[in-house]
Amino acid sequence: MRSRETEQGSSAAAGLLALVLVALVVTTVYIFMARIWPMPPAITRVGNWIDSQYNLTLWVTGIIFVLAQLGLAWVVFRYRDHGQKVRFVRGSHILEIVWTTATLVLFTALGAMAVHAWSQVHFTAPEPNALKIDVMAEQFTWNFRYAGPDGKFAPAAPKFYNDSNGNPFGIDPSSKDQDDIVSPVLVVPVNHEIELRMESKDVIHSFYVRELRIKQDIVPGMIIPIHFTPRDTGNYELMCAQLCGMAHNRMHSYLRVLSEADFQKWLKQQEAENQQ
Amino acid sequence: MSAHANAVSHHSEAPQGFIRRYIFSTDHKVIGVQYWLLALVAATVGMILSWLFRAHLAWPNAAIPGFGGVMRPEQYLALVTMHGTIMVFFVLTVAPQSGFGNYFLPIQLGADDMAFPTLNMMSFWITFLAFLVLIAAFFTTAGAPIGGWTSYPPLSAVGQIAGPGQGTGETLWVVSIAMFCLASLLTALNFISTTIEMRAQGMSLMRMPLTVWAWFVTAVLSLLAFGVLLAAGILLLLDRLAFTSFFVPAGLVFSDTQPALAHAGGSPLLWEHLFWFFGHPEVYIAIVPAMGITSHVLSNFSRKPIFGYKAMAYSLCAIGFLSFTVWGHHMFVSGMSPYSALAFSFLTLAIGVPSAIKTFNWLGTLWGGKIRFTTAMLFAIGFVSLFVTGGLSGLFLAQPSVDLPLHDTYFVIAHFHIVMGLAAIFGIFAGTYYWFPKMFGRKMNETLGKTHFWITFVGAYLTFMPMHWLGIMGALRRYADASAAPYLQHMAPIEHFITICAFITGAGQLLFYVNFLWSLRRGEKATENPWNATTLEWSIPSPPPHGNFLEVPHVYRGPYEYSVPGFTEDFVPQHLAPEQVAKAGGD
Repeated sequence: MRSRETEQGSSAAAGLLALVLVALVVTTVYIFMARIWPMPPAITRVGNWIDSQYNLTLWVTGIIFVLAQLGLAWVVFRYRDHGQKVRFVRGSHILEIVWTTATLVLFTALGAMAVHAWSQVHFTAPEPNALKIDVMAEQFTWNFRYAGPDGKFAPAAPKFYNDSNGNPFGIDPSSKDQDDIVSPVLVVPVNHEIELRMESKDVIHSFYVRELRIKQDIVPGMIIPIHFTPRDTGNYELMCAQLCGMAHNRMHSYLRVLSEADFQKWLKQQEAENQQ
Repeated sequence: MSAHANAVSHHSEAPQGFIRRYIFSTDHKVIGVQYWLLALVAATVGMILSWLFRAHLAWPNAAIPGFGGVMRPEQYLALVTMHGTIMVFFVLTVAPQSGFGNYFLPIQLGADDMAFPTLNMMSFWITFLAFLVLIAAFFTTAGAPIGGWTSYPPLSAVGQIAGPGQGTGETLWVVSIAMFCLASLLTALNFISTTIEMRAQGMSLMRMPLTVWAWFVTAVLSLLAFGVLLAAGILLLLDRLAFTSFFVPAGLVFSDTQPALAHAGGSPLLWEHLFWFFGHPEVYIAIVPAMGITSHVLSNFSRKPIFGYKAMAYSLCAIGFLSFTVWGHHMFVSGMSPYSALAFSFLTLAIGVPSAIKTFNWLGTLWGGKIRFTTAMLFAIGFVSLFVTGGLSGLFLAQPSVDLPLHDTYFVIAHFHIVMGLAAIFGIFAGTYYWFPKMFGRKMNETLGKTHFWITFVGAYLTFMPMHWLGIMGALRRYADASAAPYLQHMAPIEHFITICAFITGAGQLLFYVNFLWSLRRGEKATENPWNATTLEWSIPSPPPHGNFLEVPHVYRGPYEYSVPGFTEDFVPQHLAPEQVAKAGGD
């Protein structure tokens, strides 16, 4: 039969497949090992935990990737039709048990090891001296509120939202507490626990700073807390990470981590401007 | 389960006239081809949409033809929303299940049609209408919706006030999806009933081809999942049109416009749970038929039984069952309980186990074989490679802590495109090249087919592998451009590379269209069994007559009896009685 003859001479196809798979493996492994396109360095301890788990996962999946793709390449080349007899077998109970168990143990272990980092993010309470900052997300701006010199957050409600008058948090204008500091940039002191309470006034947004390794959706109708301690000063991009409308890609601010001294200076500056 | 004694009692006489034969036909083969053609049109539209937004991502300041200048962000978002919706629903749910499943499920079981042929016809036409309703969203004044294929409220629930396209466009989107759900439920009923009730004599469950197992498991998933999406869609429509508040809390203020919207008591997370309870089984609905086709094709062209048939059947069932328990892995950062995240994480890692088992068994099938590299076989082998790659990136996303930096980045886009956009599509291509001779009586051209494979396999990997690193560096999904931050702008060379590879790979699909159309008329005429295959579809003429089987089929053995020792031929068809099969070296 004509087709049988052409397929019998298909070492070319087998060789090419094997070659493509080898190229895939080599390129992928190289790019990861050479850290050509890495995550930016983490600035939190929990970020370090997450990075450890990420690296472990990379090793595990990397080894499986290499073995599986090269295994496929070998088997496809070795057993191309070159006139040989088929090694007839229906299966192997032993193999099924072995590889099922191995996969189950490996994946479960990976999952178990990932729990620690997650618990550091979500199952620990913020430190008692945490600096509390309110976050208000809206189409398409970030605003941050500090309690001000009196250490208390002024009462607020949706009916008082007024962006054009510089009141994105809806602070009650008749309240005696008018010293809250509202900032479009999230400014925090280094090595100090920060506790954010996040709200949205319209659609779902998401707080994301790469170097913190933290991402948290902000859901209208909920007040969502997160906490972290930044360990490095600097200016970090704060991006919205949940599709929130037409300018989702422009909903951007900064996490500015200052030294304790610079942070106090900044606070004083904000208080002074408030009083004007 | 006893087989239906009258599996080949003809339901009806062959229809007359063009309309009854090709338009409003109740014949499962015609309906299968109609679904397949609908998926082809949808895939073409979806691919063109992707070229448009990929062009914008590579050249954000360039005027795009048809957009009146530079593409605006809301136009970009409408394109990605519609691309995702069209591809997930009208390509990946239609072609492998409703397309090939409709055509070949009855035949592989030995039946003359589906259990409910008229319901089957209705399913197709409802799906077709749903597609038209979806496309109509492009032609509304404010355009197609911008909320993504996931359509999270409140963005999707409050109407035009949330953004362009969220008015009529979004309403049409919801209506289209609701119609699609209804049609899918009817199809699922048909598949399940046919598989249970209409098997030929001797076709026990453990003699069914793995394609049948796959279609059956997928149908059960569809039956249980699409109902939930239909309900969610109705609730969303009520929020949009009837002032209910299933998904919308109180106190929402858009664009500084007082007073707050007149809603209270709703939860956006409720939509997410309902959507993803459907959404996760949905991605298995997209890939499970392709797994079945891969098993089927790998066995045929290795000339060996599928390695571990029972394990393959049980792992399909395990994947199906577990797929209903993992939906929360799409919601680790959503604001749902972080304790539940751990439960979802372990279940997600668990579903990796049957998937790994299948991969080992595919390798086991190839091992020791006598591999023939037909185009169908190349795509099936490609499926295995892509499934491994795409599945492994899932391991990162399955752990909540590792998901934290990767959620909603291009890493996720890489993951789901490689498993769905590539692996599942390769399953569709494998099925097409494999079954084209049976469906149309002619073979597709192998040279064009192989060239198509190489361009697609290499091009697809080149297009999507770089997205892993974009995501690792922090490139976010659904961003119309890189203007927000310098680190995004530094990724421009990678964006260029991806776009160019996407264009070349897309252009390579022309070979498929040309091959398909040309072969319909001029392809080499196909015999009954051009692949020397064992399953029942290869025991009837190409193309099959009305009622499929000229004689009542009877099944004597399993579906993958290739190279069995003691027989003259290297395959033993399911339907041949023992006395009809030539044994090697006398009896």
